[in-house]
Amino acid sequence: MSHPADLKYTKSHEYIKILDGNKIRVGITDHAQNELGDITYVELPDVGAEYSINDPFGVVESVKAVSDIMMPVDGKIVETNAALEDAAELINEDPYEKGWLIVVEMNDPSQLDALMSKEEYEAQL
Amino acid sequence: MRSVQKTIFEISKKGRKSYSLINDETPILNADDLFDKSYLREQDARLPEVSEMDLVRHFTNLSRRNHGIDNGFYPLGSCTMKYNPRFNEAMASLPGFEESHPNSPEWVSQGSLKIIHELEKFMCEIFGMDAFTLQPAAGAHGEFTGLLIIRAFHEYNGDTQRKIILVPDSAHGTNPASAKMAGFELKQVASTPGGLVDLEALKPHLNDNLAGMMLTNPNTLGLFEKDILDMTKLIHEAGGLLYYDGANANALLGISRPGMMGFDIVHANLHKTFSTPHGGGGPGSGPIGVKSHLEKFLPSPRVGIHLDKFTLLDLPDSIGRVKSFHGNFGVLVRAYAYIRLLGPEGLKRTSQIAVLNANYLQEKLKGKYNLDYDTRCMHEFVLSAERQKEECGVIAKDIDKALIDKGIHPPTTYFPLIVHEALMIEPTETESLETLDDFVDAMLDIDKTAHENPDAVLKTPMNTPVGRPDETKAARNPILKFQFE
Repeated sequence: MSHPADLKYTKSHEYIKILDGNKIRVGITDHAQNELGDITYVELPDVGAEYSINDPFGVVESVKAVSDIMMPVDGKIVETNAALEDAAELINEDPYEKGWLIVVEMNDPSQLDALMSKEEYEAQL
Repeated sequence: MRSVQKTIFEISKKGRKSYSLINDETPILNADDLFDKSYLREQDARLPEVSEMDLVRHFTNLSRRNHGIDNGFYPLGSCTMKYNPRFNEAMASLPGFEESHPNSPEWVSQGSLKIIHELEKFMCEIFGMDAFTLQPAAGAHGEFTGLLIIRAFHEYNGDTQRKIILVPDSAHGTNPASAKMAGFELKQVASTPGGLVDLEALKPHLNDNLAGMMLTNPNTLGLFEKDILDMTKLIHEAGGLLYYDGANANALLGISRPGMMGFDIVHANLHKTFSTPHGGGGPGSGPIGVKSHLEKFLPSPRVGIHLDKFTLLDLPDSIGRVKSFHGNFGVLVRAYAYIRLLGPEGLKRTSQIAVLNANYLQEKLKGKYNLDYDTRCMHEFVLSAERQKEECGVIAKDIDKALIDKGIHPPTTYFPLIVHEALMIEPTETESLETLDDFVDAMLDIDKTAHENPDAVLKTPMNTPVGRPDETKAARNPILKFQFE
């Protein structure tokens, strides 16, 4: 399983890729998709919706379980991955590129400091 | 053994029938002359056409593929798949019950109304509550009814801001679903490392927005929430109500009562704890019991007594009907028969043996399978196949498939979510020591095979018409009806 070094991670298995400005891209980690098994359905939020840190913003359903996905920071949804609607398997096949979930505009970028590095994430698995 | 049965559509032959409506007396009428065209089909419905014998063979053969409690061991955790005594069936088949009609006047339905009234009293006694309704038709339906009562209570008191329902992370999946359906917001409460509700995790939620908390005791790990009195005290002090999910009540009969633990509302599953048919053999029944301060909100009509006769009463503050007539009456008769057959001592013995059987299996299996919460269990316990996954690449699902080949229904799998590779096992009191030993042998044999020849486990099941259907494809692209060419 791979967890790229340039990403940040949460205890609840979301990864965070830092984009330009105040934006981040969020998805679930390779470990998470592997644990869940084949993903069959994803429920994503509406663009424009605002969430607080640790709020569930979406749902991932696999043949094994239905799991909430949590906001890693406070912020507003500015983009969601429409391709997942017909092809949830992209999360299994390519969690970091084609299988991303949402792009968030952060309220407070300093919240990123509390997230884990690749090494910290893998150490607690 | 591998032979996939044709569907009823595939054995259909145009024009083949097992009846004839042609005779001298019955006139033949044309539908076009009787009904307006807008009410008529443009094309005939493509119904299967088979002979009577084909039909009987088709469904008899399908039924043989079924696995029920009458076929073999069925240790499905939290589902309490206990034997359904034939005595229950005999009582429910008595003509006075079987041929009664819910619209019959009260004066000819006194016996049936008496069964409802007395069963409510029995449930009050067993669960330590003041009043029961037998209307809800299933466990989740009972939960929903209970939550509507919580809502009615807070609205009655003008506390409309109380919208938060707390649910432990080990809760049954239906708990959050029912709360949401009843218009509440959910907050999950974490468990301690010992698998019990963390009292500290409750405290941030104890405020004016708290509507109540839903709890299963023993919980889904099969552990008794020993801090229950402290928990109910905290919730009550904050103005919330306590809801008891009765799915695991088979551990407590005659030993402890949710009413004594401080619960305000409980549900019972007659199709689990009280031996009425479960699952596809249903229908079910999920009665709800309440303490006296909530009685006026129960679904109406209620069965009461007026001038020494049983009669139906309406309650002005009731949440209203939740089911047509009086719930699934045939199921109520079966549960009534079971309770009368066993009596108080028999019911207590039921729970004692259920707990003993679970502990026996737990002790026999914990050497080869991981047991994350290693303590005395109640009526069920949760193993983990994490060791088999790491050492042999065999996951919980594969162990399930291997069990099917041994004629055993798989346990509840991948639940509760707080245990990885969870296998939740509930043997119930109705299984003999020999059956339990056969299950232990099967589980140990699967573990041995997994270590020696994992591929053999990954290939199971071999003894079923279909081996491993493509679950992912079925979930992503379900085809739910026959595809005519």
